[in-house]
Amino acid sequence: MSEGTVTPSGEADPTGAASTGGTHLTPSAVTPAEAVATSGQDLFGAVFGSDTSGFGGLVPRADAALGTPKPYGGWFDEATDALEAAWPGFGDHVLRVVVDRGELTIHVRPQAVREVAQVLRDDPDLRFELLSSVSGVDYPAQEARLHAVYHFTSLTYRRRLRVEAAVTVEDPHLPSVTSVYPTADFQEREAYDMFGIVFDGHPALTRILMPDDWDGHPQRKDYPLGGIPVEYKGASIPPPDERRAYA
Amino acid sequence: MTTLDSDPYAAGERQTTEGTVYTVTGGDWDSVIAGAADDQRMVVNMGPQHPSTHGVLRLVLELEGETVTSARTVIGYLHTGIEKNMEYRNWTQGVTFVTRMDYLAPIFNETAYCLAVEKLLGVEVPERAQTIRVLCMELNRIASHLVWLATGGMELGALTAMTNGFRERELVLDVLETITGLRMNHAYVRPGGVAQDLPPGAVEKVRELLKVLPERLPGYDDLLTGNPIWQKRTQDVAYLDLQGCLALGVTGPILRSAGLAWDLRKVEPYCGYENYEFDVPTETGADAWARFRVRLREIHESLKIVEQALDRLAPGPVMVQDKKIGWPAQLALGSDGMGQSLDHVKKIMGTSMEALIHHFKLVTEGFRVPAGQVYSAIESPRGELGVHAVSDGGTRPFRVHVREPSFVNLQAASAMCEGALLADAIAAVASIDPVMGGVDR
Repeated sequence: MSEGTVTPSGEADPTGAASTGGTHLTPSAVTPAEAVATSGQDLFGAVFGSDTSGFGGLVPRADAALGTPKPYGGWFDEATDALEAAWPGFGDHVLRVVVDRGELTIHVRPQAVREVAQVLRDDPDLRFELLSSVSGVDYPAQEARLHAVYHFTSLTYRRRLRVEAAVTVEDPHLPSVTSVYPTADFQEREAYDMFGIVFDGHPALTRILMPDDWDGHPQRKDYPLGGIPVEYKGASIPPPDERRAYA
Repeated sequence: MTTLDSDPYAAGERQTTEGTVYTVTGGDWDSVIAGAADDQRMVVNMGPQHPSTHGVLRLVLELEGETVTSARTVIGYLHTGIEKNMEYRNWTQGVTFVTRMDYLAPIFNETAYCLAVEKLLGVEVPERAQTIRVLCMELNRIASHLVWLATGGMELGALTAMTNGFRERELVLDVLETITGLRMNHAYVRPGGVAQDLPPGAVEKVRELLKVLPERLPGYDDLLTGNPIWQKRTQDVAYLDLQGCLALGVTGPILRSAGLAWDLRKVEPYCGYENYEFDVPTETGADAWARFRVRLREIHESLKIVEQALDRLAPGPVMVQDKKIGWPAQLALGSDGMGQSLDHVKKIMGTSMEALIHHFKLVTEGFRVPAGQVYSAIESPRGELGVHAVSDGGTRPFRVHVREPSFVNLQAASAMCEGALLADAIAAVASIDPVMGGVDR
């Protein structure tokens, strides 16, 4: 299979955003674990080339862990250029820019999160007035496995942009953006509760969904789902986390 | 005749480092007031079980006299680990989980999730499925707003609003039951389309509803809009201006009540909303009254969209034609209810081994979704409902995060309550319309 430059539906992508196959970044920017997490398989698990079933038009994508080369297409260039112009730390703190499925993701160093949020909100060419969502993702195969993912929305330009920062379990600290976006209050508490990501500078970083005295962070991948076997008419079905999984 | 030597209704009390804590059960205010006479400051724990807290929401209110000086919301009482659970089921099964989050807007949860999965897959949903989704979503929006009217009215003492609201909502749920088989928790919208086509008689039932509801809706104006008590309880209460809304991430009717016509159906159309004619009602009062007005008018706009959706319904498939993704079910009504069509079972069991294998693999394993992450957002009755879905290329979601509008909007409760009277705190929380199933997930 070639690099994934075709949208699976076969239609032309107006932003040209599907071209994710670039390798302009140094290989060190990509951890092997990330590459594993995103390596392509066909629909029924066969390795490339051996699937004779026609694949239903799905085209495996190139590794999203690699950055996308410029130009990104659409307004993505405009926005990233504006960010680069307005933010002196762009060169030091932006690890890579990924354009995939028509969405723009900027991976930054964790210490720069508050700074980039401030620029994204205040710069007249960016104006991301709304922080839609803060969520955590745990990639256990990576060293910096805990990712904090921010989704920004610009009401002025009607654009959306994702900022992602990764921290390790040993040092899960990154600055809170609550001073820039007060809406991050509950959402950062949730990410702390579920993943143990510590947002420094948050006014009251306590558990929000789990009880205050709970041990562990439930949505980490090494935290078991739990559950008991289900018995029905003499047969026993194992709990969901012990059932067969198809990778 | 026996006499009691102690008051059986006296408030229970115990000493803590923070002062005396009373457990109030009703009819025992004398003992609380006697104990609090030397201290003007009182902390009231309202909920999590309380008829005015909109579900299991706990409010910790600090009062000075009747003025709320500090309001904190405590949530998590309905946390069921839906996001974690989804990581152990395949992508299609995820629908049955998300539908249970915001239980007043199940179709919206399903659609937001399915749009995210479809974006990951890169598939285009057939036109008819999109129209059915719009139809169901707008019916669902009407039902959800009616429950808001009902519960919000009840919390402010308008019990007739409650009975009427639930009465009309049941009419809508009847229609949704005809279409999906269930009143709530439908699991009807599936990745790639919808579970089944509209059953015979469904369109007529919707048309009937379109006749009945416009006759009933003016009743709410008679009951509430012109009602001086309702006006006094909601006007200039729970004020939150546009700047406050954006800072706190508040979207939906609350944002529109502050004057900004931000509706994702208009600004980022999905499911073909660009083809429908409707208005985005706004108000400038930014108070509970303005939110009431916005929601009431949104019901009328939704009716307009439902009508247009019926007219747009053209014959066609309701599930993506890609057999590697489309659920292989061929549903038919049997003696024991809706289920797998016996003709289809006969065909795959008797004549086509490949079809049987394909069916088995797709149902037990599920389809694989190319690795990557997406965020898709739709306009739910409460605001921006976003789904951040991450796939590692497998048959199960690697991570699904739902940006629940109730969860985010609830942060505005403190801003709306503090400085107001205790009675206005009830109106404030009611005007936010949080659904705890969505807040806690």
